[in-house]
Amino acid sequence: MYMLVEQAMNGLQYSALLFLLSAGLTLIFGIMNVVNLAHGSFYMVGAFCAAMAVAATGSFTVAILAAVVGAGLYGLIVERLVISRLYHREHLDHVLATLGVLLFTNALVTMVFGRSPPFVAIPPMFSGSVPILPGLNYPIMRLAFIGAGVLVALGMWFLISKTKVGMLVRAGADDSETVEALGVNIRRLFMLVFALGALLCGFAGVMAAPLLAVEIGMGEKVLITTFVVIVVGGVGSVRGALLGSLLVGITDTIGRAYIPIWMSHLLPPQYSDSVSSSLVSASIYILMAIVLLVKPRGLIPAQR
Amino acid sequence: MLRKLALSGFAAAVLCASGVASAQEPVKIGFITTLSTPAGYIGEDERDGFMLAVKQDGGKLGGVPVDVLIEDDGLKPGSGKQSAEKMLQSGVRLFTGINFSNVLVAVAPSVVKDGGFYVSLNAGASNFAGKACNPNFFSVAMQNDSYSDTAAMAANQLGVKKMVLIAPAYQAGRDALHGFKSAYKGEILAEIYTKLDQSDFSVELARIRSLHPDGIFEFLPGGAGINFAKQFANSGLNKTIKMVTPLYSMDDRMLAATGQAGQGYYLSTQWTASQDNAASKQFVAAFEKAYNRRPTVYAATSYDTARLIGSALKAVNGDLKGKPDQFRAALRKADFESVRGNFKFGPNQYPIQDWYLVQVEPNAEGKLDYKPLNVIVKNHGDPYASLCKMDK
Repeated sequence: MYMLVEQAMNGLQYSALLFLLSAGLTLIFGIMNVVNLAHGSFYMVGAFCAAMAVAATGSFTVAILAAVVGAGLYGLIVERLVISRLYHREHLDHVLATLGVLLFTNALVTMVFGRSPPFVAIPPMFSGSVPILPGLNYPIMRLAFIGAGVLVALGMWFLISKTKVGMLVRAGADDSETVEALGVNIRRLFMLVFALGALLCGFAGVMAAPLLAVEIGMGEKVLITTFVVIVVGGVGSVRGALLGSLLVGITDTIGRAYIPIWMSHLLPPQYSDSVSSSLVSASIYILMAIVLLVKPRGLIPAQR
Repeated sequence: MLRKLALSGFAAAVLCASGVASAQEPVKIGFITTLSTPAGYIGEDERDGFMLAVKQDGGKLGGVPVDVLIEDDGLKPGSGKQSAEKMLQSGVRLFTGINFSNVLVAVAPSVVKDGGFYVSLNAGASNFAGKACNPNFFSVAMQNDSYSDTAAMAANQLGVKKMVLIAPAYQAGRDALHGFKSAYKGEILAEIYTKLDQSDFSVELARIRSLHPDGIFEFLPGGAGINFAKQFANSGLNKTIKMVTPLYSMDDRMLAATGQAGQGYYLSTQWTASQDNAASKQFVAAFEKAYNRRPTVYAATSYDTARLIGSALKAVNGDLKGKPDQFRAALRKADFESVRGNFKFGPNQYPIQDWYLVQVEPNAEGKLDYKPLNVIVKNHGDPYASLCKMDK
């Protein structure tokens, strides 16, 4: 029972990370129609900026600022120099160009920060564990991560449904040509959306830095899962990204926690290990396949 | 007159021979390693350790001029093999450098098939240790089973009764757990296989918490190991559970990247920078002077490899192509001063050496460091050696 609660919390925490990464990606894909393989790079840039800020000042607040500003600025630069030239090109060109950005960013970060992964300590206010049930302690850092995910989800909801910019974003996701025809500077909107996506990645980077290794290529590891999230949730919708993150995060976590245990009861040991490890790796793709069978455009797609 | 002529002829021959020796064509050594990707720091240390030996000898190894051709394999077996085949075609006959066993397994067969030599400075795949051992394949660092079976011996000696084993679900991970199980005498509560690119271990830690083990053996090198160490410490499990694992799961760089999280780890290794012998002290001082950082075990076994190659090149005076049998015989003798101290080759040309237990504790300056505890096992070979029948 305790294990189930603890694993559910782990699932929520993973969902929060996935949501921070996928909220921006789904908008970029949905509104700008750009396949952005370099999205994970902003996550890495954010984490490295945070590590540098912590090393220089020792303050986690400064680290959050550095990560958000660093990743957001880098996102702006990439959008101006590369992405803005791709809007009228095909998806294959997007893939090639953003893969190039990804490789370039890895090399750039290696040159600037070196190859050794920097260390980011857990900030004192988030260190240690608290009881969430009698006798079950849970790390505060992970609770803070879940809290950050909830805050960002609320903030995004407010931004998208209550502000003028959000209205344009929703309109852009539905039909960007009409929005442009109505005299909205769609290019500026694209730039804003792209920078917002990068900024959220940077925030994910700083929150993950105390728990995960800050290393070259850390973005690529989660990028594929992030794409699974937006396909499950429906491209272009932040609500879809939230639902997708929760489904994928919980499925992956519960799969990793329980499939090996179930399999060890069902199969003899020489098979159970290999079967369960394949099933664990495949669990989120099975989820994606089922969702696509029932709802080919994802669970909550943007209208089109 | 005749005698004079003969004398001058002799003199000319001597002159000629010495002339050849001084303008000797350098022996080309193919050095393929992983310099890019997050694991690139390992390749850098291996390259720097090897080149230190070359530098100390004035561009030579064993007094024979060498030309080290360095290439990056990007951790891809395919590109490692491509580099090797290109070098083989241009006449390179001696190879080393590869860090990862999956790359080694792709490259080494092409090298030895054409009569070339492969002297491995890190990867010690079991493929060439047993029935398929090859007279032209040498492994200087270890056989891969050794880091995990020695960790199991250490766990036995420390009295750790119940353990959980954790490794990524791929060949090297399974091999590591296999090696551990072959020597561990206690109870194994669970074997947990993680995804290869996994960075969050909260799920596995929750399961470990519910199993109440006395100890954990993990084979998670690089970024995954850093993640696991940080999250293990953050979960508070490190207060009650002993970590008994190879030093490769907590190397110098990982130690620096995990803050205080590595404290208390028990690690099995064949070398640390505090190794107490003259060759090692000289090596550590020279490495620190040349590169401004402390050498890792990767650099140490690379340095040993360079000096082993030097000893054999000296025995044939650089004539690798003309005297391959003498070159091989000289390699087998392992006539060099290893920084590890006790070192010789077994019948399968993999090392027989001592393994040590160290613990991660604060040193005199308060920084976490490897504190030597004891010798786990002396003259440790590998379980495949008895299957090897050399035909030369």
